[in-house]
Amino acid sequence: MSHEATEPAAADPGIEEIELELFVRAMQRRHGYDFSQYAPASLKRRVRQLATQLDCGTISALTGRALHDAGLLPKLLEGLSVPVSDMFRDPAVFRVLREQVLPVLASYPQINIWQAGCAHGEEVYSLAILLEEAGLYERSQIFATDLSTRALQHAREGIFPVREAQQWSRNYQAAGGSRSLADYYSARYGLLKLDQRLRRHVTFAQHNLVSDRVFCEAHLVLCRNVLIYFSNPLQDHCLQLFHDSLVRGGFLCLGLRESIDAAAASTDFAPVDAARRIYRRTGGEWRRP
Amino acid sequence: MTAPQAVVVGCSAGGLDALKILLGGLDPALPQAVLVCCHSGSDSVELLCELLGRACPLPVFEALERQPVRGGAVQLAPSGYHLLVEADRHFALSVDPRVCHARPSIDVLFTSAAEVWRDALVGVVLTGANADGADGLRQLRRLGGCAVVQSPSDAEAPAMPQAALDRAGADHCVTLEAIAPLLNRLCLP
Repeated sequence: MSHEATEPAAADPGIEEIELELFVRAMQRRHGYDFSQYAPASLKRRVRQLATQLDCGTISALTGRALHDAGLLPKLLEGLSVPVSDMFRDPAVFRVLREQVLPVLASYPQINIWQAGCAHGEEVYSLAILLEEAGLYERSQIFATDLSTRALQHAREGIFPVREAQQWSRNYQAAGGSRSLADYYSARYGLLKLDQRLRRHVTFAQHNLVSDRVFCEAHLVLCRNVLIYFSNPLQDHCLQLFHDSLVRGGFLCLGLRESIDAAAASTDFAPVDAARRIYRRTGGEWRRP
Repeated sequence: MTAPQAVVVGCSAGGLDALKILLGGLDPALPQAVLVCCHSGSDSVELLCELLGRACPLPVFEALERQPVRGGAVQLAPSGYHLLVEADRHFALSVDPRVCHARPSIDVLFTSAAEVWRDALVGVVLTGANADGADGLRQLRRLGGCAVVQSPSDAEAPAMPQAALDRAGADHCVTLEAIAPLLNRLCLP
């Protein structure tokens, strides 16, 4: 059977496991980023893909680059962080946010929202549109965080391929949008650029869910399809973090296929719409073990 | 090859009808887990589970993240997510980019299952109009698993089984009707 040298999938999985361990250790010791609590199957895929993209034949070769080429770090973090999303992905979720969550948030004089793992910002801009249309944006602040500085830079720019527009418009309508999504972007040269006024109350910042702490008192935390990449203990750690950040009665919105039932911290959240993975922080302070 | 502990199945265009026939022919005493990745294009894996559950003597349900892989049951990848298996035989999901324009991707499921079960895995590629599954099946065979491919001439869409044959080869290349009896033979002691 013929093997292509550029295809890391052809490596022996036993050896690759050792290589992955060493890569994780190198990232931790050299750069201070700890991926040891990431779910192994997806982490291995991503590291493999990075090795391929960077023309490293093996994960070991990638580890060498990670150790010696300091300029490579942003690229590595980009490859290991949350993948891109869509605007109004899972429209039913945004409809519940619009119809059930925002009316409650409206009772606060100042609304703080933390989107953890914002990737290229598709959902940040979606949120900003929801708030704008609910007349709440002037007293809202969105903290959009991600591990990857490259992703954050992309999110700030708000530029996406125009071919996404059709699907995103359908999503926007299905989420209960009252206008046309085209009101919020301009299209040119195959790209769409979101109205930069939408980010006037957005703060983009680097934040690592593994090691960084709570930085704001939030009324809503969105963290969709981020925890699926984490092991059970790290998932639980993040739920504690969200709990600590949320005001009593604050909302938590997770990805549609995420399950938190087994996590110890899940008892501190009560479902608002279990199928859409929207919860509220229940009373009581978080009890540190 | 040792006695199989799991079966992975991939299909695309024409897959629903093919799955009904395949799953419908499985022996109800099958102790293995059967994991299915089907590009259905529909948002509702629940509906798919219900349709297939009516045809199949084994329980059919959606694979849930962090849950253990269950033997004697068919578990489907949810639409919009890649399905992976961790070394501790629990399911994991991912929203990483599409592979061969597909999410869930057969390559992703097959590759991760092959690393877990190695030579105790059977992989089945059915009808489909793209090349997803070919790389995954190749990896599965490299690690000692047993590859079953539907004869392209028998498939509603021949491209996918043909790509699998070209890229991975097969231990068995048979008609759809013959796959369930073959799996029963391979899987039951």
